[in-house]
Amino acid sequence: MIASAAEGIAGQRLNIHRTSDWPAGLSFADVEVVSVRALEAMLSPAFATQAFHMVIAAFAAVGLGVAGVHAFMLGRDPQNPFHRRALRIALPLGFAASVAMPLSGDFAAKHVARHQPVKLAAMEGHWHTERGAALLLGGIPSEAEEETFGAIRIPKLLSIMAFSDPNAEVVGLRDIPREDRPPVAVVHIAFQIMVGVGFLMIGVSGLALFLLFRNEALYSRPRVLRLLAWSAPLGFIAIEAGWTVTEVGRQPWIVRSMMRTAEAVTPMPHLIVPMTAFAFLYTVLAVVCFAIMRHHVIASPSSAELSARR
Amino acid sequence: MFDAHLDLPVVFGSLIGIALLVYALTGGADFGGGVFDLLASGPRRDRQRALIAHAIGPIWEANHVWMILVVVLLFVAFPVGFAALMTALHIPIVLMLIGITLRGAAFVFRAYGPATPNWRRWGAVFAASSVVTPILLGVILGAVTSGRMIVDENRRVVTNFYSEWCALFPWTLGFMMLSLFAYLAAVYLTLESQHDSELRDDFRRRAMFANAGFGMTAALAALAARTGAPHLFTTLAGTPRAWLMQGVTAFVALAAMAALYHRRFRLARALAIVQTTLVWAAWMVAQNGWILVDALSLEDAASPPSFLRPALVVLALGSLVLVPAFVFLFRVFKVRPTMP
Repeated sequence: MIASAAEGIAGQRLNIHRTSDWPAGLSFADVEVVSVRALEAMLSPAFATQAFHMVIAAFAAVGLGVAGVHAFMLGRDPQNPFHRRALRIALPLGFAASVAMPLSGDFAAKHVARHQPVKLAAMEGHWHTERGAALLLGGIPSEAEEETFGAIRIPKLLSIMAFSDPNAEVVGLRDIPREDRPPVAVVHIAFQIMVGVGFLMIGVSGLALFLLFRNEALYSRPRVLRLLAWSAPLGFIAIEAGWTVTEVGRQPWIVRSMMRTAEAVTPMPHLIVPMTAFAFLYTVLAVVCFAIMRHHVIASPSSAELSARR
Repeated sequence: MFDAHLDLPVVFGSLIGIALLVYALTGGADFGGGVFDLLASGPRRDRQRALIAHAIGPIWEANHVWMILVVVLLFVAFPVGFAALMTALHIPIVLMLIGITLRGAAFVFRAYGPATPNWRRWGAVFAASSVVTPILLGVILGAVTSGRMIVDENRRVVTNFYSEWCALFPWTLGFMMLSLFAYLAAVYLTLESQHDSELRDDFRRRAMFANAGFGMTAALAALAARTGAPHLFTTLAGTPRAWLMQGVTAFVALAAMAALYHRRFRLARALAIVQTTLVWAAWMVAQNGWILVDALSLEDAASPPSFLRPALVVLALGSLVLVPAFVFLFRVFKVRPTMP
């Protein structure tokens, strides 16, 4: 239920975001919108790949989140049939969705490579336009020196992944005017976090699922249960990192190549005040929400109570 | 498929108006419920609160769909008006948003948190934000209607961020909105409390007080409109037909009072809805093709027809989902109100 709600929100949010990031159907003259082809704008081509990616991400995050909560409770009460059953539903869902993530991500990335080369270059920390471009794992991009330091380089892999061709040319950030580049370090590091956490999710849920299917050995492995419990927030971290990639990665444009974010912002001064107020408000709400969920999880019936009811 | 003479900006303006009316009649009553949570008193204090929570519980979140519709329609159909409103009324809109967020969150926290005295304090947050938010909504509408908004030749708003809403008229409208919402809530609650004649009488009395309060704040707002919103004042009092309209509204208000007095609660609810609709109609007439009175017309603020036409189709398709879902929701929870 939560997964489907998250999915709905993701879909709507994405459509708005996609439309502004990939402004099909809009033509501008100065600041006036002179022509609008509405359906074209709403059915912007980037929508499908990104929506698919985000919908699966919601299932992966919620699947692993729920599995983590029940794994935590099973660590205290390994015989509990309620938590065992819940884990058997959530864990396969989380695993299947996690495995599908790199596939849908590949679709999305190929689309970005073709239509938003600047964003791709920032994601990959890729500075030099070249054929047979290497994929960088990790590393810290320096905007001053226009290089990415400390990364592991895998030759030709970026060209293969972006264009399915080991000798394809991938545009580098040095060919993009400085004022049109997004903050490269933020985008690259967020992208590394998203991908890294994603593979971690596959590993953890795969291991747990393997033990679950092998004579339910999972329930007698407190360390694996604890690992699963600690993995509960991973999906949400990956989603936030992913949104950072796509939102920071599209800067400095609010409508790509047409309107800069700085041109669109309200003239209202002291925007730091509402910004801080909302950050504070949502922090409080998150803490309270966590406390309530914790209360309900702890209050769920123990195996002794469940067998007493029968 | 479209009549060439269909005035799309007016169609969208009317749709926004209708969504606002439905929001007042549904979501407004939820805010009013919060007001009576704050005012709960006497030996039946806890039972009053329980009834309110029971009545709001299943539908409170769905009712905000109408406010979302207002914002989205404003955004897609009148982007220039949206930008002007969001800029000049930034402060009351942000405060209202915080109020809506806190109210919903506090309501859920109180209902699902542990039953300890500390957690029950979320009830106070719920009640306080239920009072503040309708006032801010009224202030925002008041600023729109007052004619105090200024737009330059490029249709960009000229503002110092406070003078549009820091005036007498918007605030009288704010308190009018608060008493209207409280009135609607109390009238609806008389029908939610059929099983408990004591509670029913509590809310009957509250409904009568709130109706009187609504009448008084409406009169105050009309007086303030004389200088604070001259355009509205002319519409309300300028012509014999306008006075006839005022007379009809006053008659319906008194009839609702009499229905409450004689415990004809279903009739009272129908009259309260008619009364709200008449007040709303007067406001709509006063808006008279303006999105910001005397500053920005619907025509000038509208998106191009090449966008509005498909948007209308999308809206029609969306309402095929929205309307039956709402009818179903209200049938399930409201047609035969029961309380354990």
